Amino acid sequence: MSSFKDSGHLFRLAAVFLGGILVFLIVRALLVPKTFGEYGHYRGSALTDLAARPAHYAGHDTCETCHADVLDKKKDGRHAHVNCEACHGPQAKHADDPGSEQPAKLDTAILCAKCHEANAAKPKSFPQVATADHSSGLPCDTCHQPHSPAIVAEAAK
Amino acid sequence: MNVTRRHLLLLLPAAGVAWKYILAGTPEVAPNYKLADHWWSMLIDLPKCIGCGNCVRACQAENDVPDGYFRTWIERYHVNDYDIENPVVDSPDGGKKGFPPAKDPSGKNFFVPKLCNHCADSPCTQVCPVGATFISPDGVVLVDKTYCLGCRYCVQACPYGCRFINPKTDTAEKCTLCYHRITKGLTTACCENCPTGARQLADLKNPKDPIHEFLRTHSVQVLKPSMATHAKVFYNEMDGSVR
Repeated sequence: MSSFKDSGHLFRLAAVFLGGILVFLIVRALLVPKTFGEYGHYRGSALTDLAARPAHYAGHDTCETCHADVLDKKKDGRHAHVNCEACHGPQAKHADDPGSEQPAKLDTAILCAKCHEANAAKPKSFPQVATADHSSGLPCDTCHQPHSPAIVAEAAK
Repeated sequence: MNVTRRHLLLLLPAAGVAWKYILAGTPEVAPNYKLADHWWSMLIDLPKCIGCGNCVRACQAENDVPDGYFRTWIERYHVNDYDIENPVVDSPDGGKKGFPPAKDPSGKNFFVPKLCNHCADSPCTQVCPVGATFISPDGVVLVDKTYCLGCRYCVQACPYGCRFINPKTDTAEKCTLCYHRITKGLTTACCENCPTGARQLADLKNPKDPIHEFLRTHSVQVLKPSMATHAKVFYNEMDGSVR
């Protein structure tokens, strides 16, 4: 054992290393979020953070639970598959509190043109008009009902 | 100090247990939504797109996207018969306010909506030096803004130009495929507000999703297939001039 007579140095060195590793582990445990590495090299709870955002658009299923009458008007018309908020805008607040949050009234002269203004790049089968010629500035709902826009003869109504 | 080899050996298992505890963390469980059951994608049926800009407006309203920046936008292509390889593309304000009449109504004119392709082999997640951007287990490319340094590597790595630095937070931002909506059973804001159904959210892991039948029966492409990013935004009847 005489060749190891000063082996105490080695143990002190090992203790320093162990202490260092221990400090590293403690600091790492404090700094690295618990969910880091849960699914991959990222913070797993970032998914729940992102999913927790509130939605601004309620979705047409929510609208239809109350506005079944509008759904009835729409169902046979050309706008049957146009969702409510596509025209009426984000209504999640209205859905949460229908009493105090009212959707804004829409100006059909502007609204309808967003889709139906003629443009060479639109598909040929899509109904398009040059609004200036078509209605001479009158709002579209003078003749068309937006929820079912085909014009039916007075007698057939 | 009187530490012997025996002490050292006794310490090792304790350190091992501590290490395991540190790595484990606490798993987060989202009710009724199983990450492993979904693999999200989107179908864009180009012959239906009318360039109304509803998707762009809906995205900005839903996600508080700053003015002048876009998580989705619409491009208008004009292709001349005599120069089909060099289309003229315009996108005034991302198509948010619709499009003015075409300068040249001759030739071929059409709209192409763009958004993050949620690539299965995404270049943007590979370059992130800090693990701030990643592909979620349900196939959505997301950004953890609390980790993002704003180094812009990902912005230049995306071959589709789908990322930007938010000037308010100075972090990378992009389409999240409305992660807060799809995890609650809603569709994305752009799909919800597309009046013609040109955009449809699709779940490739759902065998009942109509996407499977559609992909089988239509000529569908992705953007820049040569980049081998395995993009998951599918374009139906896309013209060869689209970049």
